[in-house]
Amino acid sequence: MADELRVEAKVDNLQQVIDFATGTLTDACPMRERMHIELVTEEIFVNIASYAYSEPGGFAVIRRSGGEGSEGLTLSFIDGGVPYDPLKKPDPDLTLPIDERPIGGLGVFLVKKIVDEAYYEYKDGKNILTVRKVIGKNGQ
Amino acid sequence: MEIKKEQNGNALTMFLSGRLDTVAAADFEKELEASLTDVTSLVLDCKDLTYVASSGLRTFLMAQKRMNKQGTMTMRHVQDAVMEVLAMTGFDDLLQIER
Repeated sequence: MADELRVEAKVDNLQQVIDFATGTLTDACPMRERMHIELVTEEIFVNIASYAYSEPGGFAVIRRSGGEGSEGLTLSFIDGGVPYDPLKKPDPDLTLPIDERPIGGLGVFLVKKIVDEAYYEYKDGKNILTVRKVIGKNGQ
Repeated sequence: MEIKKEQNGNALTMFLSGRLDTVAAADFEKELEASLTDVTSLVLDCKDLTYVASSGLRTFLMAQKRMNKQGTMTMRHVQDAVMEVLAMTGFDDLLQIER
């Protein structure tokens, strides 16, 4: 069963979205993994708020299921903006010296590093990015 | 996030506490821009910084690039949670970090 939050896609709503995304986590969830979920949520939502729509007023839906169980926590981020698969973005080159290091592209990279599974689909005019993370397995 | 500053001549220490998320990063960037003129030694004390997102990393990178031109920047007392994000992105090699 999935719960849903629908908000206007703007950075001002970030805390509300983070609170929703972590809403099924209990006090038993290690702080480190709670932080990982917060970070993944922030990076994806901020990308939607910043780039999905050419005009303000667009929406974002966050769909949430699971939590600390064996299936893990699954979050889907849905927007009606321009079709865009963030997972296709090439990973940044982490060996470049400081002056050549590009300033963008780190958010999606962090998401890919942290979650156990990430997939993108474009369906009925909507971008749907789904991530899943198992909580509490050997501190991963 | 809260930022406290201690200035001693050309040496500036900024004490960062709380969460450096996307909203806070914009404020932090403005604060840096307003504070770094004539500063040759910048210390970012991260003892009470509990969280950083990529927007915060970008701000650290911009500050380090600027300070490389006019002096030094050192981050100190970096917590594990923040250090992990720095390491995941290779920023631990770009920034001067004292733990």
